[in-house]
Amino acid sequence: MTTTVETPELIEPEEPGGPDGHGPSDHGHGGEHAEHGPTGLLKWLTSTDHKVIGKSYMITSLVTFFISGAMALVIRAQLANPTSSLVNFQTYNELFTMHGSLMLYLFAGPFAFGGLANYIVPLQVGAPDMAYPRLNALSYWLYLGGASMMTLSFVVAGGAASFGWVAYAPLSNSINSPGAGTDMWLMSLGLTGFSAIFTGVNLVATVFYLRAPGMTMFRIPIFSWNMLVTGILILIAFPVLFGAVVMLFCDRHFGTHIFSVQGGGVPVLWQHLFWFFGHPEVYILALPYFGIVTDIIPVFSRKPLFGYRGMVFATLSIAALSTGVWAHHMFTTGVVLLPFFSLLSYLIAIPTGIKFFNWVGTMWGGQLSFQTPMLFSIGFLFAFLMGGVTGVLLASPPVDFMTHDTYFVVAHFHQVLIGTTVFAGFAGFYFWYPKMFGRMLNERLGKIHFWLLFIGFWLTFIPQYIVGLKGMPRRVADYLTSNGWTGLNQLSTVGAMVIGVSFLFFLVNLVQSWRKPVLAGDNPWDGGGLEWFTSSPPPHHNFTHLPPIRSERPVWDYNHPEHRKDESHGDKRHREHEKETVGASS
Amino acid sequence: MNAFTNGSPTSLLARDPSSDAHPAGPSDPARGRRWKRLAVGLAIGAPLVLGGCNFYPTYGASRGVTTQGQDTFKLYSGMMTTGIIIGGFVGILILYTVLRYRRRSDDMPKQFHESIPIEILYTAIPVFVVAVLFLFTVLTENNVDATVPNNARITTTGAPVLEVKITAFQWGWRFDYPNNNVSVSGEVTDGPGGLGPQMVLPVGETVQILLVSNDVIHGFYVRDFNFSRYALPGVQNRFDLNIIKPGLFPGQCTQICGLYHSEMLFTVKGVTPSDFATWTTSEIAAGHTLQRYPVPAANTPPPYTHVTPSNALAAPSAKKGSL
Ligand code: HEM
Ligand SMILES: [Cu+2]
Ligand SMILES: [Cu+2]
Repeated sequence: MTTTVETPELIEPEEPGGPDGHGPSDHGHGGEHAEHGPTGLLKWLTSTDHKVIGKSYMITSLVTFFISGAMALVIRAQLANPTSSLVNFQTYNELFTMHGSLMLYLFAGPFAFGGLANYIVPLQVGAPDMAYPRLNALSYWLYLGGASMMTLSFVVAGGAASFGWVAYAPLSNSINSPGAGTDMWLMSLGLTGFSAIFTGVNLVATVFYLRAPGMTMFRIPIFSWNMLVTGILILIAFPVLFGAVVMLFCDRHFGTHIFSVQGGGVPVLWQHLFWFFGHPEVYILALPYFGIVTDIIPVFSRKPLFGYRGMVFATLSIAALSTGVWAHHMFTTGVVLLPFFSLLSYLIAIPTGIKFFNWVGTMWGGQLSFQTPMLFSIGFLFAFLMGGVTGVLLASPPVDFMTHDTYFVVAHFHQVLIGTTVFAGFAGFYFWYPKMFGRMLNERLGKIHFWLLFIGFWLTFIPQYIVGLKGMPRRVADYLTSNGWTGLNQLSTVGAMVIGVSFLFFLVNLVQSWRKPVLAGDNPWDGGGLEWFTSSPPPHHNFTHLPPIRSERPVWDYNHPEHRKDESHGDKRHREHEKETVGASS
Repeated sequence: MNAFTNGSPTSLLARDPSSDAHPAGPSDPARGRRWKRLAVGLAIGAPLVLGGCNFYPTYGASRGVTTQGQDTFKLYSGMMTTGIIIGGFVGILILYTVLRYRRRSDDMPKQFHESIPIEILYTAIPVFVVAVLFLFTVLTENNVDATVPNNARITTTGAPVLEVKITAFQWGWRFDYPNNNVSVSGEVTDGPGGLGPQMVLPVGETVQILLVSNDVIHGFYVRDFNFSRYALPGVQNRFDLNIIKPGLFPGQCTQICGLYHSEMLFTVKGVTPSDFATWTTSEIAAGHTLQRYPVPAANTPPPYTHVTPSNALAAPSAKKGSL
């Protein structure tokens, strides 16, 4: 099938120049340094290798994912019956607050930009490491501190924070939430916020300055492109969150009245600041995962991405628009300009639609194979499609009035968030796991994981849409038999348990890959990005040599020279060339 | 079979129960109606629509028992139909692609990677869809959000518009009727078995709600009104309700407000104007007057009067046209 016609010349990777032109300042001495460094635990503690940090990030964030998922199951168990008393009100409020906070602040973002991106972006752009390796290490340790702080807030007197992941003032002030749990929650946001900012700096600098020779901006794989844009969004959004957190902390402890009416402050200001962070955050959580599926679908379709430039411009416009739609979370406050925020929110549907058609265009005419990463990517397409459509409904203020803070919204954002962070996130995990650990995950277990998750997912969230439309508010610990919400809630609970079971197969898969490893080789999926050119796992500083980079999938070009698109030929001749080779390839 | 005889007339006509006799309003709302007909035309694609007696499928929502709620419902239903058509199209397209192009051989597929005309097409179509949806959104929003001037004489009897001040607090509701010197208040005392305090409102009249909070943020939400609004400390939120039929409509706080948020229930009871008058008399006789429960002074928010910008921007809307 893939006869190598000619082997292009390989190029030695240059020691890349940092932003200052002298190489990254805190970079150490290249290759030799690897052999002499400390070993074992000390190596892990002192490592500045993006691959080690990436793996640490991934493991930590997966742990928070499982803790938080367990909380979701307790929440669902509580809601399986009306006036249930599995947990009390206080515990319930802590549970959904911590579930949401762990998922969003500790899992969804860090798994993407601290975990997968940290590991993969330097590989994809052909760099030996992140631009600022020590900053990268600091980022992880701040994150670990923040994650521990938030998780441990459960055990302090007064319990964990219990005001929802958005911490609206004045419920989050010192009168209504006096406990130390709230302060730990705030400090955790400060720590993980800075860790995100540092990773954002690193991603932007790495993609801008550490690209291998030939890797022009329009040859960067979409995952790395999206991580660049995510990095920029992080730099826009997280400082605002940090500012808001500091203000709330001052209100709580230093007698300021920024968010309290009694002292002349404005509670709604918190919502403005929070959502000015919060909506870009939604895309900080989504763009990396869009990038993952955009990288996976071409590989398993054996085709290049359809509409590469359209994809990049769609990502850029989504990012730009996302900074101007924050008040769509505040339609029901009655104090925001509805038409403006509604219009901008609607506009986001356009670039998002472009992405969908590009994904379909990529599969169109391809030779699709359904290994686990591809299955998860297709699962993402369906989940995100429905989440996206219901999101367009919510961009309409009257429709938002009727559904805001009901289970309709809960179902909407879970379809989006699970579509991205779980379906696409685990697609990426199954896809890159062989690269990161040099061993394959079991396909059979992967497929069982997918199908159970897929079934459980729809079973959990479709009933939630309906129960929301029947009037069930979110964040309630119980409801009445007379509400008529019981059956739908029970379906949802069963679905959640199925999701829970699906992850057992994931864990078994991990264990099995360690006990009976199946070696992966450098490029098990016939991938096209530079990450597939080096060994699995890659050596210290990643590459010993690089292929020539003439498109966004240099390794594919290298392995399939008969199909290579040579940009110097110009479009027309390129197409003719394509015709010849298609016939010749079979 | 006819959408306009089925309890879902346009907001203008439903404004007042006797509106059948009224001439059509000024040109603005008439244009709104035409646009709505167009929306209806767009929605016809769904077989569901043609099957049922009611023109607008509910898709699980309430049809609304206020004129505002009915407007919102129609927008929701139209958008849902549009969403099902578009989402269904894309979903089927994905499914078709996935099944049609599953790997059947080791042949290398054609390596095409762009098609500018198609890309332009699938950028332009969403632009058009979004523009249409936004148009209907604005039209509905102006109706739903419109409030009559405070001192307007709007009811059939020529009395001032009935104002009800709703104060949300941890954890309960207080309903003050300044025009009638009545005050009803209820806390979460009887646990999940109770349905909370009751707000009695006359059917067929304009009620203006002044929504405030005494402590944290709460959410005023009645499912059958298809409407919710935050009760924000320091903000005076106003909105109008025109209930069209008597009945009991359960409501609940939707914004997390602390420990007993789940129990913060209330009900709205729609009664005829004469029953309403009887009710106020009996409440006064029972001593449920404004003086009986003064609003706690300490937490009274400072004046921070607010005009909803969209209200300020709204053209003289359908509702005002029927004054
Ligand atoms: C594993 C399957 C999951 C189930 C069964 C589940 C279930 C739930 C439930 C029952 C609630 C409480 C709703 C309420 O009381 O209002 C909730 C809230 C929430 N979930 Fe999930 N969830 C899951 C996964 C996720 C994921 C992956 C994310 C994000 C990446 C997420 C983010 C949230 C957020 C942000 C909230 C809102 C918390 C709040 O109200 O403050 N969930 N989830
Ligand atoms: Cu948003
Ligand atoms: Cu509440």
